[in-house]
This record gives sequence, structure tokens and C-alpha cells, in this order.
Amino acid sequence: MRFFDTLKQYDWEQIKDSIYAKTKQDVLHALNQAQCGLEDFKALISPAAAPFLEQMAQKSMLATQQRFGKTIQLYVPLYLSNTCSNSCVYCGFSHQNKIERVTLSEDQILKEAMAIKQMGFEHLLLVTGEHQKEAGFTYLMRAIELLRPHFAQISVEVQPMSTEEYQQLRQAGLHAVYVYQETYHQENYKNYHPAGKKANFQYRLETPDRLGKAGIHKIGLGCLIGLEDWRSDIWHIALHLSYLEKTYWQSRYSISFPRLRPNAGGFQPNMVISDRELLQVICAFRILNQEVELSLSTRESPTFRDHVFKLGITAMSAGSKTEPGGYAVHTKALEQFEVSDQRSPKEIESMLHEKEYEAVWKDWDRYM
Amino acid sequence: MQKLIIAGQEFNSRLFLGTGKFSSNQLMEEALIASGSEMVTTALRRVDIQNPEDDILKHIDPNRFRLLPNTSGVRTAKEAVFAAELAREALQTNWLKLEIHPDPKYLLADTIETLKACEELAKKGFIILPYMQADPILAKQLEEAGAAAVMPLGSPIGSNKGLITREFIKIIIEQANIPVVVDAGIGAPSHAAEAMEMGADAVLINTAIAVANDPIKMAEAFKLAVQAGRMAFEAKLGAQLNQAEASSPLTSFLDL
Repeated sequence: MRFFDTLKQYDWEQIKDSIYAKTKQDVLHALNQAQCGLEDFKALISPAAAPFLEQMAQKSMLATQQRFGKTIQLYVPLYLSNTCSNSCVYCGFSHQNKIERVTLSEDQILKEAMAIKQMGFEHLLLVTGEHQKEAGFTYLMRAIELLRPHFAQISVEVQPMSTEEYQQLRQAGLHAVYVYQETYHQENYKNYHPAGKKANFQYRLETPDRLGKAGIHKIGLGCLIGLEDWRSDIWHIALHLSYLEKTYWQSRYSISFPRLRPNAGGFQPNMVISDRELLQVICAFRILNQEVELSLSTRESPTFRDHVFKLGITAMSAGSKTEPGGYAVHTKALEQFEVSDQRSPKEIESMLHEKEYEAVWKDWDRYM
Repeated sequence: MQKLIIAGQEFNSRLFLGTGKFSSNQLMEEALIASGSEMVTTALRRVDIQNPEDDILKHIDPNRFRLLPNTSGVRTAKEAVFAAELAREALQTNWLKLEIHPDPKYLLADTIETLKACEELAKKGFIILPYMQADPILAKQLEEAGAAAVMPLGSPIGSNKGLITREFIKIIIEQANIPVVVDAGIGAPSHAAEAMEMGADAVLINTAIAVANDPIKMAEAFKLAVQAGRMAFEAKLGAQLNQAEASSPLTSFLDL
């Protein structure tokens, strides 16, 4: 059994219609359940739930506090390479773009890592473009071996790999893998991903299955909000999460909410999600699932992050640089996305303290 | 009130506290003090055991509290033994709360791995308090394997649902030759008092205090509830009856 078989049982348009058909009564029913299911979740992400955002936020905040306490985990991305053989039409690292390509050497990786350690981080997220030769399995294995002695927890956001490769990386100390489907709309997926390995919808979709089989501790899901109807994509994430939790019950799960914004010259999103709607999605996920990690990156503005972190979020990045060498080495590489929240990790920690939350820098260990 | 004795050490308080989920380490310290507790458990994965300046450890005064490191986060006996040995060396204590939960959703204990780890750690000289399912057979097996106390759950960790496992905890208490500490799920002082009235030797609380609006006041409330429950247990509660007990309707004719 793999998720592709589950997905085949659902029709995108029917799902979409059923979400938009949800009524006020459906929303009230969902809010009054001790535990929501996937039908209730449709109501919570539907337009009918918009007037109930305050109630959703309150419910979400309490559920998050009960499970995670008044704490936020802090992590930071380390971009190792922007070399990429994919041609995702929305991405700055796309193979088509004539940009300076940089892959950090071992010395450079360690220099960057030491700068990150100085900021206080114990949880590190390694990011690369998808390039088998420049930044494939062998390169990543070496990077993890180099970094393992210095960090309590190492995660990656890199190209999908095989079960065996994931097993080897886990033994070397890999904790979590984030792999975003971008969109669950199979037909339109290929328009956004016309070339490279990423053009294979099914291989990408089944990556979390391979991660679960490999015993990876935490598996990160997500879609790029702005490609297809976001309510339908978000519901498919919930379906995916529910399948994975039952199948790979020893893994934890995480969801991120990257959203595309209109920008001059670049890819224009097909659909824009507002701040209110993004908060609605975050609260809906928490009401559906009390254990899942919900993460908010520095793509979001300081104002949004400062208000939303209490309402369902459990992990935040801080002080992020999204170009290889951004912390210490300083190359000519371009950043993958524009960082909106430019504050330092210490400033984020102070903000959390002011709002009576504890910043958690370390929640794992090398032996685990 | 009788003193609690675990592995030969006396404790004046029968309330143990966890250190997770507090909004600051300062507030955690104040709540620990207000609770009157003398035993505090902290997850090894949260502390930097090599660093004497670790911010969590700095807030747990060793003169006031016995530190009980726990292995929360490990999934196998092998990982638990490894973590225990690291903790013993770095923190200079052979006390350990053994927690093995491979299921990250409900954080339920893995019975087979817990028993295996307990046997091995006891041979290595650890004082082990294992977190466990409320399984009376397992409680005896852990006792035989060398556990210093057993810690059955009241309900899933952090759920605040109280003593869902009540009937099984009663059997564990009845059969135990070592202290029984009800751990996990106690969400209100009344739940803690109930566990103590049933004859539990102690209770461990974390979420209900850490997530309260006023954790310090809640810590004190638990302190009082645990004392009240224990005193009631020692004073021997009267039996509960379904009806008022009049005279002896069946045999009173004999007195006529």
C-alpha cells in the first residue's frame, strides 16, 4: 500500500466542490467535536469558516499549549547548494535561470556551521537544489558526517531519495526530512515541473512512504500555496497526513505553509491567500491534529509571525539566509526566496520571552 | 504523614514534577519550589548535559531537588541504555526515569523494550523508575527486574484526563512491593488526590501545572491535594456504599 493508491480514490474536482459546499452548520459541527475528522476539516478550511476565525484561533491556541506548552522550537536553514536540474517555473533556483551556481565545499560547510553555532542553534536544516551529481546522496552523507558532532538535530530539505539511501542517512544521524509535494493536482503538476526528476509526480508523492519505511523520525509535508486552489491542496495534505500516521506510526509529522506572493518579473501565483486565510489553515490543522508540528518560516513578516506563533505554531526559523554561504562564506549566490523577517535569532528569542514563551533551542540529542 | 522511601532515600513530598512546557525556566523554578516537591524529572534531550551552564539545569537546585533524568524520545531499549549511561556520567546520578515510547502521537510506553532496558540497567546499577502501561503483570515483572518503583499511566501523557486506568492501578498498588507512582494524565488536583486516596505512593505532574494560567498557584494546589489524599489514605477511608445502611433487615428478627 502506498499513498498513490489512496490518492487515486479521490477526484480533485469533487473534493473541491465539497469543500466550497460546506455551510455554517458544518463549521459549528466541526468546532463542537472533541476530535475532528477529514470531513470536519473540509468545513474548517472552507469559506464558511471565515466568520469563525476567532473561535478557531482560541481552540487552536489551547490545544497547542496543552500539547507543546508555551514553547517554540527554533531552527535555521543552511543552504549548501543552489545547483538544480529541475525547471520548476516558480523557483529562483530553476535550471533555466542563468544565476551563479554555488555548492559549498567541506571547509565552507564547517565555516557556515560555526557561524550558526555562534547564534545558539542546535537544530539545523540542510537545504540543497536537486542535483544528483553536485548535491546528491554522497555529498549529503558527507555533509551530515561533518555536521553531526556539532548539532543536536539535523534535518534536510533536498531531492527525494530511495529508502536505502534514507536508511543510510538516518544511521549517519539524519533526524527529519521535509519534502513538499507543491501541489496534489496531478494533471497540473506537470505544468509547474516540466523537466528534471521532479517532473515525476508519483515518485515525489511516494517519498514520505519511503521515509516512513526507512524509519526517519520526522517527515515534513507541504504544498506551495498559490499554484492550485489552496483549499483543495490543503485538504490533500490532511489526507496524506492521516494516511501516513496510520501507516508509519513511529514517525512524527510536520507541516509548513510556504506561500507564493505576487512579485515583479517573477512567477505570478494563480491564487493568492490572505493573512486571515493562512491563519485559518493553521488553526484548522491544529484542531484536526494536536500532535503535528506546524512550522512558520522567515518568508512571513515580523508582524504576522509575532501574532500567529501562539495560535498553533510549534517551530520557527530565525536569522535565516537562503543563499549558499549566507552566514559566513559570502559567495555571489542569489537567495532562493526573500526573507521577510530579518531579525536575529536573539531578537526572536526576546520577542518570545516578552510574550511569555520559552524558545527551545535543543530538543533532541546525538545518540537518538 | 509517612515519608516516602525509594531505593533507601527519604522524600518529604509525594509530588514529583516534570520540567517541560513552562513558558520560561524562571517560572518553572518558581513552580517547582511552590510545589514542595523533592523529585524533578527532566528530558535528557532537552538539556546539554556536557554544559554545566545549561539553562534548565541551572534552575533546578540540587540541594532542594533530586534530579531524575528521563529518556523521553528514545524508541528502543538500546537507545535508552545508551542515554542512561551518558546521563550517569555527565550528571553524576544513577537515578533514571525510563521512558521508551516509539509512538510519538500518544507517547505510550513500549512494554517489551521497557522490560528489556530495565533488566539491563538494573544490572548496571541504575535506580530505575520506569514509565509503563497500567499493566499489573508488567508491574510485577519490572519489580523482579530490579525497578526501584513503577510509574503506571493514569491516561495518555499531557491529556489531563485523570485516572482512566483506575481499576488497573488499584491492582498494581495492591500487589506491589515497591512504590507506585502514578505518572501521566493527571489533569487536576482532584485526580491527584484520588490517586493518593487509592494508595499510590506518589504522583508525577507536568502539563497540568506548566500549562495552567498561574503555574505557581497550581503547583501549590497540587501540593495540598497530594497531602490531603495521602492523609486520607493513612486515616483509612470509610467504605463506599450504594444505599444508606439502616439496621440488619434480614437478621434483626434474632434480636427480638
